Amino acid sequence: MACPPPSQISALELLGFGECGWGISLVWGLGNSIVIALGAYSLGFLIGIGGAFGKLYGGPILKDLLAAYTTLVRAVPELVLILILFYAFTGALNEILLSWGYDRIEISPIVTGIVVLGLVQGAYQTEVIRGGILAVPVGQLEAARAMGMPSLTMARRITLPQMAANALPGLANLWLNATKDTALLAVIGFSELTRATSSASASTKAFFVFYPAAMALYLIISLTSTLLIGRIEKWARRGQRDVRT
Amino acid sequence: MQAFLKPHRIVLFLIALALVVWCATTMNWTWLANPKYQAMAVEGLWRTIWLTVVTMVIGFLLAIPIGFAQAAGPAWLAWPARAFCTVIRGTPLLLQIWLLYYGLGSLFPGNPWIRDSVLWPYLRESWPYALVALSLSVAGYEGEVMRGAFKGVAHGQLEAAKAMGMPRFTMFRRIWLPQAVQSVLPTLGGETVLQLKSTPLVSTITIMEIYDVAGRVRRDTFIIYEPLILLAVVYMILTALIVLMFRWFERRLPTRTA
Repeated sequence: MACPPPSQISALELLGFGECGWGISLVWGLGNSIVIALGAYSLGFLIGIGGAFGKLYGGPILKDLLAAYTTLVRAVPELVLILILFYAFTGALNEILLSWGYDRIEISPIVTGIVVLGLVQGAYQTEVIRGGILAVPVGQLEAARAMGMPSLTMARRITLPQMAANALPGLANLWLNATKDTALLAVIGFSELTRATSSASASTKAFFVFYPAAMALYLIISLTSTLLIGRIEKWARRGQRDVRT
Repeated sequence: MQAFLKPHRIVLFLIALALVVWCATTMNWTWLANPKYQAMAVEGLWRTIWLTVVTMVIGFLLAIPIGFAQAAGPAWLAWPARAFCTVIRGTPLLLQIWLLYYGLGSLFPGNPWIRDSVLWPYLRESWPYALVALSLSVAGYEGEVMRGAFKGVAHGQLEAAKAMGMPRFTMFRRIWLPQAVQSVLPTLGGETVLQLKSTPLVSTITIMEIYDVAGRVRRDTFIIYEPLILLAVVYMILTALIVLMFRWFERRLPTRTA
């Protein structure tokens, strides 16, 4: 069945999952966006924890290298970094594979997106987590050391739980950034929510149906995240005295 | 200087220098000598700086009423202001730019009233949409900051002004606004850097700023990495300049530290 021209289809039908609707492509884009945001954020968190401990307790060379990493990444627009890393990451990987005698591989765009945005997130999270660790009372760490606690146990039992409450507002902001930064992958042609929206609206000319719908989807992500983060923060701050009382 | 001249720093510095020399000698920089690209680069750089500065100023001016409405306005003003901030901060800037450019841009030509207006020659170009989108973005983010700043002004100050019989607008102009603005000044440097880093997004609506120039060079010459590396260096220099400028500016402001 051929669809009637888009101008004769109602907005609800355009957004729907029917034969003439773009619902499936939008939901697929949304799913891609969420998967990339989650992956990039998790990768960034691993880099951030490692980077923060490296910056605080690492050797002089490690400290300088991490300082260069966080400064460079935070000074260059994400879009430029995505382009550089997008070509460098796939190019370097293929060059290594070729030199070892393997064939070229095509890396899935999702993996590339996660790695690239994860490296960007890592730089910002390093700084936030470092600040969170610095705000842990020194006496706590001294006490743990005086008790002869091994440093890994100390990180797991003392530093990280107390750091969590201090770093959460910053980390929450970075999560919201991660969800919005997935839109940048639209520029390199990856079909996440923003790209799906733009192609749907370009072929139907129903700009004021698809863009507000996509905005609503992004808003739903950010509002539910804010709600969840509020709960997590309450949990992380358990046992802390309320400043107001 | 002493802290800078540690042995490992010198080694790292030499490695970095070697990397720069390697990039400069083995990579293909011949396109830089082309006067066409030089002219494009200067123009693109100018557009990037212009967009950053102008949208920061317009956005900040919009942020003052938006923040004030949320902090002290009546509910019928506070709610729209809060909704505006939530939408701007909760959706990607790229989506906002495309909505304005493609959405409004497709709506305007069908409207004879707009087609006949004096603004039409401007509305056919893409830069007004970029300017509006980037300014609204600053207004949304800064509006939220200004809300906190207006709320943070010490209550005693406002009560004292009221007790002296100061008219409400004079109180706003002399007491409330200056103190709120002063308290957000330290965050403005960071916001300006963020704004600079958002400007490449407008290259997607055919604005030829520095990011777009690099893209054009890459498409013309099929050189992949070099323009991107130089572009990253340019943004780093611009960021450093903004940071230094605000540091200088902050030092000139009288502040009282406990």
